[in-house]
Amino acid sequence: MSDTDFSALMPLLLLAGSSVLVMLLIVVKFSHRIIQVSSLFLFVLSFTSLFYIKKLLPYQIGTLFVIDDFGIFIIGLIVFSGLVVNILSYIYFEEKEEGPKEYYVLLFLCTLGAGVLAVSKHFVSLFLGLEILTVGLYALIAYLRKRHHSIEAGIKYLILAAFSSAFLLFGMALIYLETGTMEFSAMASHVVSMQVLPPLFITGLGMMLVGVGFKLAVVPFHMWTADVYQGAPVPVTAFIATASKGGVLAVLLRFFLAIDGFRFQTVALILICIAVASMVVGNLLALRQKNLKRILAYSSIAHLGYLMVAFIPGNTMSIQAVSFYLFAYFATTLAAFGVIAVLSGREEDAEEIENYRGLFWRHPGQACILSAALLSLAGIPLTAGFTGKFYILAAGIQKGFWALAIILVVSSVFGLYYYLRVITAMFTGTGQTIPEEDEKHPVFFRVSMLILSVLAVVIIWLGVYPDQVISYMQQLQVK
Amino acid sequence: MILVALICITMTGGILGLILGKWNKNLPRWIALASVSAGFLILVSFWLNLNQSISINNDGNWLIEFRQTWIGSFGISFHLAADGLSFLLLILTFFLGIIAVLCSWTEITERTGFYYFNLLWILAGVSGVFMAMDLFLFYFFWEVMLIPMYFLIGIWGSENRVYAAYKFFIFTQASGLLMLLAILGLYFIHAQNTGIYTFDYFELAGTIVPPAFAFWLTMGFMIAFAVKLPIVPFHTWLPDAHSEAPTTGSLILAGLLLKTGAYGMLRFVIPLFPATAHQIAFPAMLLGVLGIIYGAILAFSQTDLKRLVAFTSVSHMGFVMIGIFSFNELALQGVVMQLVTHAISTGALFIMAGMLKERLHTRDMNRMGGLWLGMPQMGAIGLLFAMASLGLPGTGNFIAEFLILLGAFKANIWLTVLATSGLVFSAVYSLRIVQKIFLGPQQEQQQTLDFSLREKLVMAVLTLSIIGLGLYPQPVLNTAAPAINKLVSIMMTEPVDLQKDRQTYVRH
Repeated sequence: MSDTDFSALMPLLLLAGSSVLVMLLIVVKFSHRIIQVSSLFLFVLSFTSLFYIKKLLPYQIGTLFVIDDFGIFIIGLIVFSGLVVNILSYIYFEEKEEGPKEYYVLLFLCTLGAGVLAVSKHFVSLFLGLEILTVGLYALIAYLRKRHHSIEAGIKYLILAAFSSAFLLFGMALIYLETGTMEFSAMASHVVSMQVLPPLFITGLGMMLVGVGFKLAVVPFHMWTADVYQGAPVPVTAFIATASKGGVLAVLLRFFLAIDGFRFQTVALILICIAVASMVVGNLLALRQKNLKRILAYSSIAHLGYLMVAFIPGNTMSIQAVSFYLFAYFATTLAAFGVIAVLSGREEDAEEIENYRGLFWRHPGQACILSAALLSLAGIPLTAGFTGKFYILAAGIQKGFWALAIILVVSSVFGLYYYLRVITAMFTGTGQTIPEEDEKHPVFFRVSMLILSVLAVVIIWLGVYPDQVISYMQQLQVK
Repeated sequence: MILVALICITMTGGILGLILGKWNKNLPRWIALASVSAGFLILVSFWLNLNQSISINNDGNWLIEFRQTWIGSFGISFHLAADGLSFLLLILTFFLGIIAVLCSWTEITERTGFYYFNLLWILAGVSGVFMAMDLFLFYFFWEVMLIPMYFLIGIWGSENRVYAAYKFFIFTQASGLLMLLAILGLYFIHAQNTGIYTFDYFELAGTIVPPAFAFWLTMGFMIAFAVKLPIVPFHTWLPDAHSEAPTTGSLILAGLLLKTGAYGMLRFVIPLFPATAHQIAFPAMLLGVLGIIYGAILAFSQTDLKRLVAFTSVSHMGFVMIGIFSFNELALQGVVMQLVTHAISTGALFIMAGMLKERLHTRDMNRMGGLWLGMPQMGAIGLLFAMASLGLPGTGNFIAEFLILLGAFKANIWLTVLATSGLVFSAVYSLRIVQKIFLGPQQEQQQTLDFSLREKLVMAVLTLSIIGLGLYPQPVLNTAAPAINKLVSIMMTEPVDLQKDRQTYVRH
């Protein structure tokens, strides 16, 4: 490896180094506060390093990685989401467990895993990234080990993730058997002249989709989602909903673009079925939920379905639409979970809709942020979600996928109902169910609120004046 | 710049009220009143200056325009423009805005800041809809007015408000999304034809759409507008929304939100898809007639005053539908008149219902009766607006319905005959309002307070305008004439020569 290789990998290396550093800090028995602040600093460092490597792009590192605009953009999103989760974690964990410090080590590892996925162009790096990510997540999900839900969620995720990894590996093996290579571009040159994919390749691809589908929580591989979302600590849920899905989706997109998988009808059909099922099932299942975390879980299933709609046409607009939507989705989801995390008390998470009754009259700031996030998830104008949905519809309709567009529209109308229910709850009544914030950590509370306000501003900004972001997206290229 | 100013004034007024409402509960309503009046004054002064120059044969029908790139990468611009039609509806918007603020003066005592914020943002959205000349921007404003309306119904409405608010929101949002799909379809078809990606109305108006596609795109627009208007099978949200909304909510719904549907048909469906508009003219008129009769019959059978008035709206909007799809000048003039006068007369009836509710704590007409004795002023005004609603000569509504029927007669005689029966039905339900509430035996123990000064003011303004429109409708007709003449000319030339460049309508 040359020096430039090292500097191109800098953001990821920083993340890896940070986890070791934080481990050392724990050994020296620093307080939670110091560890939190220093990991915040390390996240910021890793994030800023992304700007320094811009001039190297696009850059190949061996056969495993390719660092390009798109990869950097996704890593940026992932690191940012790690950063936000890190900020939110302090007030959430401070009073709960004896030692919330190891948490930060795991957080760095998971961020690293997701980041590796975003730049992989080889099955080996794909698998390694995925495992770094999921192994960290097992522990993170079950982190509050004294709670029933957490253990249950952790075990559920452990079993299903292991199961899906097995599928993924088997699929990779089959594709390797067919093509004799594990690198995307080499695979592409193998299938480039084919009109129909060989059966072995299709089978392998299907198996891989099962594996990836579990991680993305698309229907029919979504069974774990609601329970894990509910059971995991709120900041971790935010991380699962954003960073882990973003990374997996990025590598999936890279893979499909490399082999140009969209031109094969069978593959397109499978993807279309998954997209439609996710949109419809996700939105329908969310309708009757009373738990905000579960609502967001089902809504995330639907949103991954929307993302697939942008993904399926496989045109130049797909990359832009997926990137933009991911950006909007990251900001929105982090804001929503952020409010839940800030409102959560020592014993209970603020997850029942009832907890939010009258929130607007007690904490207008938090209620406004949550409303903005929910409206954005619902795709109402003036918010990022609307622009994103518009982008997706444009990408789909441009290639003539009218049926997908119409299903997207119809299912998102169902979606409106449950988002509105939460918003209505916040604006009606004067309930006192949530114990007042005891302001034990005023500094961290302010910082958390600050970052949430920034996210809300981003949501509105993307809805009102997205031009700059869109022109940035239009430059993104997958090498 | 005036057009941008209108939106800015209302939006900043709303935000200012929201913030200052924390300190003082009275401040928001003054801010709201000030900003709406400012908008109204701007419009009226502009209109007066312009009024001399507008004549029926004027060709430059776009009076004022503002354009700024918004999302350049998609070809979306912040493009506002107004012709006579937009102008009338804008004046109506701000006129009703003032009335709405005055009406809620004492009705709303809680959370005033947020209330006036919602009210002003609805007005901003509605005026944006009447001005937007970019299809994306149009859709944007179309949606912007929904959320505040949802809150207005959902927070300040009566008992069943949450249900009504959901229903309103989901109906309009679902149909709006269909429109978004249609807009996108048009966008890409235009891009395929010309290679230019733009949402600009003036550019898209010339698009040649393959006939098979044109039908579905038209339906996308039509359904969105038909739900808003509302046309009969899509009307079910309306009675609920009206009866649960606070007085102002009903006023704005009936006076402005329904109008956006009619405006959309006039502005988008006919100019963008003239050929398809011809195809669907007969079914559309038929639905209009159905709406007239169905709305009137259901109005007659209501006991809840607000629901009654709501169903009369369904009936009156049937006339609008017939008028639009008659494609001739008389009928379209009638449509514009109907939009204005219906807003005033129905608005007045809703305000009256609100006042009665405030005094009697019920909207059940079976529990009213003989109110004239205690409240002669309200009785007289009530009678006047009931008569206006049935289209008595001397009120603006008469002119409107007369013109529509006159125009429709040329288009389709038998449907017009059926539609005329609506006038008879409207007499029945209007008289029933007067009979049940103001005449008849007096109910026991009713607190009867006649108009306060503020209410007198509101009602006087409404009365003067409805009678003024009835006696001297010419300014309204003149202002709308250029826009309507253009519409008619499009419809006249189109079926003969589909390929003809339609840009002339909108180029200036």
